[in-house]
Amino acid sequence: MTLAPVFLGSLARRRTATLFSFVAILLGVALGMAVQAVNQAALSEFGRGMRTMAGAADLQVVGPRGGFDEGLYATLAARSEVAQASPVLEMRTERIGSADGLRILGIDLFAAGPVTPALLPRPAEIQDGSDRDTRLAALAEDSLFLSMAAREALQVDPGDRIQVHAEDRTLTLRVAGDLPGAPDDPRLAVMDIAAVQKHFSRIGRLTRIDLRLAGGQDAQTARAALEPLLPAGLMLEVPEAAVDQAANLSRAYRVNLTMLAAIALVTGGFLVFSAQALSVVRRHTELAFLRAIGLARRQLFLWLLAEGALVGLLGGLAGVALGHGIALGLLTLLGGDLGAGFFSGLSPTLRFSPWASAAYVLLGIGAGVAGAWLPAREAAAVAPARALKSGDDSALSGGRGVPMLSLAMLTASLPACFIPPIQGLPLGGYLAIACLLAGAVMLLPTLASMLARTLPLRGPVPARLAAARLAAAPGQSVIAATGVLASVALVAAMAIMVGSFRDSVDVWLGQILPADLYLRAGRAQSAGSLDEALQARLGKIPGVARVQFTAFESLRLEPGRAPVELLARPVSPDGDGLPLVGSARPAAKGETQIWISEAMRDLYGWRPGERVLIPLAGDEVAVQVAGVWRDYARQGGAIMMDLADYRRLTGDASVQTAAIWLAPGADGIRVGEALKSTSDSGALEVAFPGEIRERSLTIFDRTFVVTYVLEAAAVVIGLAGVAASFAALTAARRREFGMLRHLGLTRRQIGAMLALEGTLAAGVGVLGGLAAGGAISLILIEVVNRQSFHWSMDLHLPWASLLWFAGLLVALAGLAAILAGRQAMREDALLAVREDW
Amino acid sequence: MLEISDLQRRFDGRPVLRSVSMRLEPGEYVAITGESGVGKSTLLNLIAGLDRPDGGRLALDGADYGDLDEDSLTRLRRDKLGFVFQAFHILPHLTLRQNVVLPLWLKGRKGPQADREADRLLDAVGLADRADSWPRELSGGEMQRVAIARALVHAPRLILADEPTGNLDPSNAAKVLTLLAERIRASGAMGILVTHSPEAARSADRVLHLTPEGLSA
Repeated sequence: MTLAPVFLGSLARRRTATLFSFVAILLGVALGMAVQAVNQAALSEFGRGMRTMAGAADLQVVGPRGGFDEGLYATLAARSEVAQASPVLEMRTERIGSADGLRILGIDLFAAGPVTPALLPRPAEIQDGSDRDTRLAALAEDSLFLSMAAREALQVDPGDRIQVHAEDRTLTLRVAGDLPGAPDDPRLAVMDIAAVQKHFSRIGRLTRIDLRLAGGQDAQTARAALEPLLPAGLMLEVPEAAVDQAANLSRAYRVNLTMLAAIALVTGGFLVFSAQALSVVRRHTELAFLRAIGLARRQLFLWLLAEGALVGLLGGLAGVALGHGIALGLLTLLGGDLGAGFFSGLSPTLRFSPWASAAYVLLGIGAGVAGAWLPAREAAAVAPARALKSGDDSALSGGRGVPMLSLAMLTASLPACFIPPIQGLPLGGYLAIACLLAGAVMLLPTLASMLARTLPLRGPVPARLAAARLAAAPGQSVIAATGVLASVALVAAMAIMVGSFRDSVDVWLGQILPADLYLRAGRAQSAGSLDEALQARLGKIPGVARVQFTAFESLRLEPGRAPVELLARPVSPDGDGLPLVGSARPAAKGETQIWISEAMRDLYGWRPGERVLIPLAGDEVAVQVAGVWRDYARQGGAIMMDLADYRRLTGDASVQTAAIWLAPGADGIRVGEALKSTSDSGALEVAFPGEIRERSLTIFDRTFVVTYVLEAAAVVIGLAGVAASFAALTAARRREFGMLRHLGLTRRQIGAMLALEGTLAAGVGVLGGLAAGGAISLILIEVVNRQSFHWSMDLHLPWASLLWFAGLLVALAGLAAILAGRQAMREDALLAVREDW
Repeated sequence: MLEISDLQRRFDGRPVLRSVSMRLEPGEYVAITGESGVGKSTLLNLIAGLDRPDGGRLALDGADYGDLDEDSLTRLRRDKLGFVFQAFHILPHLTLRQNVVLPLWLKGRKGPQADREADRLLDAVGLADRADSWPRELSGGEMQRVAIARALVHAPRLILADEPTGNLDPSNAAKVLTLLAERIRASGAMGILVTHSPEAARSADRVLHLTPEGLSA
């Protein structure tokens, strides 16, 4: 540390550049840390909730959302491997007239005690004049027990009544107490299982059985012994499986957000690069002198890296602190949901993770060191004798980039795109993006030089000087453009990807919402359904030309994987009307066929024409995959089959939604009212496709809000890079300006020259950024999105927005260069600037 | 002792130094003069180990430069050479004391004793009361005095001065030259002054003239 004052003191001398680099790294680290902390808090809260629910259960029997026969409970409870079994019937419903979701668990109060004690209700003393026995309140058919968080969310007290959706009716329940063992879940409610079975028409059905194993039984052995007893479609899972499934399902989204934050950090690294590169140019005689008096080449290299590392360390430490602050704000404002809805409804608490924090500090240091690497290597390679002789601390290297290496990097991005996902993550896609970005940055000086040479060397002197400089010494000018390139590439790539995605979702919504009206019994598909009698009534409403029903069910196909959604609705044999991807392979007449989503194809490897088994109503059913359809709603996979086939195979005639086509001249609003009046007030909801489309696109836009924030941060950092670089360059070129002033150039002319240089450099950065961004958007669309979420989309280029953005950025860069130059050329400021940078 | 025999250096095939030989005894201070482009700085760079000759031999206190790799040459500069440059090369973000003590830092010596050494040298060049000042507060002559103190602080065997008065006015130049000669003699080290100026050269013990044919008295 003997030489610390020599090198680290230099950081203090160029305070502005150091501050820019520090802030850039701080922002990058803070954004990444915030995303990580929010997601970690949400995941751990979700896991905590699941563990509370599971209590002492070693294994859980899980199956389709529609449930399974309760006879299995008696079979399992009698087994020697099982010490205690607790049956559960879970219904997801909503409060009438609001979007407040409620998860009602029907439990057997006597069986649940030893297995899931946290679910046991605590009846409240209610002075309502009734002669109810509080001790038996838990068994009453209308008694509902809410967690404290749910009571607060619904704003109800013991004794109050609330109405919820049940089938196609409204169900009135009485708040009879709370759940002292599970106070934090804002959607949790518990009822007696018999009451739930009765109210929701699920007599004889269960959705889960919690098992506590007998002493000495290990889960693996018991699982092997019990699994043969399960009907098709039911599985034995450890309670943690649900947490893993949630983590897996949300992992790609979380990692993608983290990657976006990482790009902000990479842009910060470019800023360190730009600051260090210019600082090394300015100090080259100083550094040569140190080499001359005995500082070894390696020591010089390491000390220059240490300068970057120190900025990275400070930025990293401050970034981690700020990141936790941002995370706290986000958790308070939004809960654990950053937009994609994976963890909505949770109220997670921020926890400090020393390992994650240390990792982000290290990332900050890494960005600093990476940014300082090339300038340090260049400085260490300089021959001290030559540098000392020149005595000119603003000498410019005519760096022309490394075209062969950059072309190699750009080429390497191609094979990287073909790397299959690793643990569901598109690591090959990220690698391809990194190669593309690095290749584009390395090619920038060559590109700048080529472009500058095409500029005509005529016109005003400042213009000639600016063009000549860019052509002759692109390496230096282009340093300013690297941050611009990185941030423009990010913004362009995201704009194209999001634009394509939104456009595709819009088209898709039009395809899947072809009817004039849609009717459903509540949003939750487990509790709300339309029975046969109601279905018949709907078709007879005046003004209704045609009704098409859809039944929803969930299927468990593989252990450890999230359930797959089954949609049963009328489908033509050739899939006409479905948003198909690729060609269809309809099954032969008499065979049952299904249409799978792209996620099913990717996750389960099913292909059109293939015969597969799916569990329906407790049996394995052979079906043929007839084709693949585009589905942006269900990331875990969806299967569509004809409603008639579904009814034939399951015997279940109930459906959850109805699509209604109006008769010519019918008034949609009147028909909607008539449809709603077929059941209890508020039990049925009617929506027009336009409303659903608008709501869906609002949710879509909300999903990308965080990404817009991250993009904006990258652009600000990129522009800061231009300002910092030009301030440094102009300060370093004071002798050149002095000479030009002696030759007769006015201040205004020098200002114009700087503005042009800034505009040209940023213009090259913007051009490179747009090209790189276009290529990155293709990787995002064809590799990252497909591997992360299994969604394909059609390319849509938002030309107008991109051109506006590019023009604005170039203008701002020119302005930044003028301001930086003006500051540097102020007579009284000249000395100060010289000392500052 | 510095021994140079038949030293040659070419750039792009063009000979700059054809055959240079000289010998410098401990305590001896010589000036090398010559016209521009004759190779004075090239010779100085070769003596400093910053450049490699194409032929001939160079040895300091018996250590043959040809046997030394880059790291060893770096150590040789750190331990045995002191430099005074025309452009001073005073680091602006270090105080005068820190600038002077820098060669000791490079040798791993830090602390009060090293600072005392620096103060002693600053006293010797007449800047004892300015030890905590910043370079921006100094005149050119004062900066070069700091550079002389820095060149001597680690007790080098050979001091190389490349046009040390090139950026100074005549009055300051005379003072600096006197001081440089005085301090070199006082330290017992060898000294080589490279200069255009005959007046400057006269401050040395003897003057050698560099021509395309070599060094001559």
